[in-house]
Amino acid sequence: MKNKNGEIGKAKSRLTALEKVTGSAKYAAEYNVPDLLYGYIVNSSVTKGKITALDETAVRGIPGVVDVLSHNNRPSLPWFDVMYSDMDAPPGSPFKPFYDNEIKYDRQPIALVVADSFETARYAAAQLKVTYETEDFDVDLRKNLDDARDPSKGLATLIKPLPPSPKGDFAKAYGEAAATYDGDFRHGTEHHNPMEMHATTTVYEGEGKLTIYDKTQGTNNSQIYVSNVFGLSYSDVRVLAPYVGGSFGSGLRPQYQLFVCVMAALHLKRNVRVSLDRKQMYTFGHRPQTVMKARFGADAAGKVTAMHHKAVAETSRFEDYNEVVVNWGNILYPAQNTLLEYQLVPLDTYTPIDMRAPGGSTGMHAVETAMDALAYDLKIDPLEFRLRNYAERDVSEDKPFSSKELRECYRQGAEKFGWAERKPEPRSMKRGNRLVGYGMSSGIWDVIALPARAEAIFTKAGKFIVKSAVNDSGQGSYTVMTQIAAEQFGISTEEMTFEYGDSEHPLSPIQGGSYTTGVVGSAVKAACKVLKEELFKKAKRLKNSPFADSEEDAIYFRDGKIYAADDDTVFVNLTDIFQNEKEDKISVTKSNVPNPLKLKQYTRAAHSAAFVEVEVDEQLGTVNVTRAVTAVAAGNIINPKTARSQILGGMVWGISKALREETLTDFKTGRYVNPNLAEYHLPVHADIHDLDVIFVEEKDEIINELGAKGVGEIGLVSMAPAIANAIFHATGRRMTEFPIHFEDLVL
Amino acid sequence: MKQTEKKLQYQTTLIVNGKTEKLTLPAWVSLLDALRHHLDLTGTKKGCDHGQCGACTVICDGKRILSCLTLAVAKDGSEIKTIEGVGSKENPHPLQRAFIEHDAFQCGYCTPGQICSALGMLEEGEAQTLEEIKDSLSGNLCRCGANANIIDAVTEVKANHYE
Ligand code: FES
Ligand code: FES
Repeated sequence: MKNKNGEIGKAKSRLTALEKVTGSAKYAAEYNVPDLLYGYIVNSSVTKGKITALDETAVRGIPGVVDVLSHNNRPSLPWFDVMYSDMDAPPGSPFKPFYDNEIKYDRQPIALVVADSFETARYAAAQLKVTYETEDFDVDLRKNLDDARDPSKGLATLIKPLPPSPKGDFAKAYGEAAATYDGDFRHGTEHHNPMEMHATTTVYEGEGKLTIYDKTQGTNNSQIYVSNVFGLSYSDVRVLAPYVGGSFGSGLRPQYQLFVCVMAALHLKRNVRVSLDRKQMYTFGHRPQTVMKARFGADAAGKVTAMHHKAVAETSRFEDYNEVVVNWGNILYPAQNTLLEYQLVPLDTYTPIDMRAPGGSTGMHAVETAMDALAYDLKIDPLEFRLRNYAERDVSEDKPFSSKELRECYRQGAEKFGWAERKPEPRSMKRGNRLVGYGMSSGIWDVIALPARAEAIFTKAGKFIVKSAVNDSGQGSYTVMTQIAAEQFGISTEEMTFEYGDSEHPLSPIQGGSYTTGVVGSAVKAACKVLKEELFKKAKRLKNSPFADSEEDAIYFRDGKIYAADDDTVFVNLTDIFQNEKEDKISVTKSNVPNPLKLKQYTRAAHSAAFVEVEVDEQLGTVNVTRAVTAVAAGNIINPKTARSQILGGMVWGISKALREETLTDFKTGRYVNPNLAEYHLPVHADIHDLDVIFVEEKDEIINELGAKGVGEIGLVSMAPAIANAIFHATGRRMTEFPIHFEDLVL
Repeated sequence: MKQTEKKLQYQTTLIVNGKTEKLTLPAWVSLLDALRHHLDLTGTKKGCDHGQCGACTVICDGKRILSCLTLAVAKDGSEIKTIEGVGSKENPHPLQRAFIEHDAFQCGYCTPGQICSALGMLEEGEAQTLEEIKDSLSGNLCRCGANANIIDAVTEVKANHYE
């Protein structure tokens, strides 16, 4: 079927823009519900041990306090782990809040104080007297590397595969290499810190029915979790999240504010809101501290022959969270002798959770530093060195790429950046008293395929409506899905209604991993296709239908009509269909299930190339990213305006990862010591300069119905290593620890 | 309401977006929570409650302030402008239009604070150069990383409306 050319590919402002700039967009903690109670959570002040006593007397005496909930008096809860599982649960035993008196990690939630005002709840929470029996704990990854072991396998390792087996003979190839690099890497813990803190407003509708406004990346995920844990039927639990103030992974799992809020609402049969404070935002998942080793070897012609990449990351004692850290190097660079290893060390922390570009942003620091170092060693331009090692095929899996325009990323990025101006020698470029460096890096992120569902509706009033439970935490999914749906019917984005962020709509996977556009977009497209077939069938049956004998390829949809492909004067008004209908809408629901056999034959990935200029002041130890260009090949770009923002956001995250953010741990107390936005450093406006984004044209007919690879992570993966490499060019010093500190740079 | 709590309540008048609001509040209610919980003006956001993120920025008697660090009762008689008073959906302020044009946000959670802060800065009229503008707005964090677009939007409005 032919369409008017199209809403896909148009640079559109996001559809929620007016609501967001005028303050009318409502986030989870902002629903004005009657007789609302406020809950404030009390967190453990010890890292490991047992609660021996909870003295609530003082708290209960405070006027306005309604209740105190803890393991002592919580309603009965299921015991089986599986009831607490969720769409993103790693192998292991999920954390059960308020389950018993055991403390597994610092600042674990232990009680909820419910009061008639936020201030009273907060004040009262601080008055709870808790006595503990403490036990020894360990949260220091580097001290416990000897305990490293292989991660357990589970559903999570299907989506995030463990490393491939060793190939060739690494030791021999490394020994014979003309140039070698051997480096040890580390990055500390990081926290997502979305600007909106996690919050849930639960509306008690009576008789076990709940309407929940939750900060989540998956309305279905929260719905299923709440239903299972509290023994409610799915149809009695409705979770809504039309606006989510950022998440970056923090909302992939149902977080404990949801649990305690729902528990209180059910227990008290009242409407309850629980918001976390900023400090509590550091108590439920993080990017795990990770140490890595990279040993790469290349021959004299500049071909990488040997690759050893090992990562050891922390996890909790109760779940094996895993990331894809070490698999990327060999997909990008076709070394024939590889040793790729990934292990975990369980510690007394909460389970880590995916954080923007999980694994990839960690691993690529080592891969791209090693590549850069070999290039300098062999006196080959770093870009040229990567071109000499360009993988036409993924040797790690021995598969072709479904598409790969990385070469174009290199070319267009380098040209726009002015890479040719670079002087090869480190410390050879200066601006005033500052050293100037140019650095580059490749980037890669995989394209995940998952099933999803969508509903498409056409109404008697001539309205098109498409529905999916999918979220939008700022990525632009709402806008992009509306564009995709509009295109199918040849109408404008403004004429299409897309309903989302509601667990009552057809099932969507949790939003993450850059797959939402491809996965949910394909379901939207599939549902629209079925609706079109349905509408066409009905149009054929109309009295005197001009299409009575037409085939599908002889017509197309536009502006609420079906037209003959070869004659614009022949058409049927779609609303005429309702002459024969009893209902006042026609609705279809369709699942899109990817074909694993076809997909498995290919390596599917988005690519990028980042080019960065830094200025380094060696007297002060400061680094300024003065300009950067990221060229991205991510297949079909549905909305270049919102996609550009995604890449810019990723680049800012790259600056942050390389130069700013880290959660510092006091290993003696087992505690994060900077859980606030003053001491957890994020880049501010003054840190951000000239950033440029290029989307390289790329066609992909394998990955999904839209040929869209997604852009959530790819802007970040290449940026941080490119900064480290630029600093090497400026100073001659390799930066192997993120974030880079002043003291790493001062002379 | 219980007796003890009642005693701690204070009469407070705030002129919010031109409208006189008479509130009876305990002294410990921040201006931010007074707006959000008592006046249902949830456009002003809470990102930290500790003066560290700028999300709660409002304009009080013509100056940018952090409403989370301000007690509502201490502003008795003050004129407060929140994002809801900057412009409306039907008639957005040039800053609001420019933010849309430049896609100066993703999740939108920092946005009201960014816009109020930018409005305060433009009206103060002190920041002139690009670097000064960035510095002057650096108290407003954006985790989505919309920084470059925010600065583009603000500088455009400055050039078109404040020069
Ligand atoms: S909420 Fe006031 S500065 Fe963050
Ligand atoms: S737009 Fe999300 S924090 Fe700024």
